[in-house]
Amino acid sequence: MTLSIMQSILIIAICAGCTFLERAFPFLVFRGNELPDVIKYLGKALPMAIMATLVVYCLKDTTFTAPSAFAPQLMAAAITALLHIWRRNTMLSIFGGTIVYMLLVQAVF
Amino acid sequence: MKKTLRYAIKHSSPIFISFIPVALAYGVLMQNAGYNFIWTGACSLFVLAGSLQYLMMTFFAGGVSLITVAVMALLLNSRHIFYGLSFIEKFRSFGPWKYFLIYSLTDENYSLHCSHDFPEGINEKWAYILTAALTVAYWVILSILGALIGTVIPFDTTGIDFALTALFIVILIEQIKTADNRLPAWIGGISSIVCILIFGAANFILPALVITVALLSILRSRIEPKTEREGMK
Repeated sequence: MTLSIMQSILIIAICAGCTFLERAFPFLVFRGNELPDVIKYLGKALPMAIMATLVVYCLKDTTFTAPSAFAPQLMAAAITALLHIWRRNTMLSIFGGTIVYMLLVQAVF
Repeated sequence: MKKTLRYAIKHSSPIFISFIPVALAYGVLMQNAGYNFIWTGACSLFVLAGSLQYLMMTFFAGGVSLITVAVMALLLNSRHIFYGLSFIEKFRSFGPWKYFLIYSLTDENYSLHCSHDFPEGINEKWAYILTAALTVAYWVILSILGALIGTVIPFDTTGIDFALTALFIVILIEQIKTADNRLPAWIGGISSIVCILIFGAANFILPALVITVALLSILRSRIEPKTEREGMK
């Protein structure tokens, strides 16, 4: 430890506080009784858009410089999606896709 | 209650799998930085944000002002300000538990809360609370284990964190299948890719979400089903 215990605790407290404030932000802004119409609409429309963003976020380090930098994740993502469209079994799709990805990064690429 | 707990365990299981390598490695790295399992547990419990906790290890190395710590923390997790928008009324109806659900509104819990599919006999409020509580427990316990016993797992876990990517893909497909309008998925996906090309992979998510909110608002009349819009007035 380079820092003192007090300094370290302060860093944790600041990071915890900032993170909580961000998560609480919409609840603090819209404290009134009735939510604005547009916020109700965004609350319903956003999840699908954010899930698409999070999928991109997980794949963001993909580059096309070498097959090993794009093939495992794109193939496993496609297999996860196809499995899910085919059987619509959440556990099968997630664990199937993950096992395929582990095999690809450990044994193939 | 037992049934609700069983549901929450199953619903959160992909998160447990995806946390194994990240949380264990976090405990090990903290240990190497001179912070024992108590510190690891405290960070995981109070901060509850994987990427920020990794960044905090550079803060612990010293030489970073507290103002910088605050700014970096706010920037790194800025996407979280959008998550609560979908749960304002829901969490409000949960009484004091609302604070726990806000505190635990990680990427993982956001996606789990967006994809609840309650079978018969499930208590909705407790399904939300237990799902979130389990993911917090996984994160805290696994990171402490990493600090105490290292990353010793009897098999090679390389790539197991793909479970989180797979979960997001599955939830996205479920939402696309059940939605009246698929435009939000296109808006989120395309603005993310465009923002990666413009701002780079490290900084894309905040501009992408701002653009997404703007486009969703502009295209509201095309996305929202007519009946719903009239019903809300």
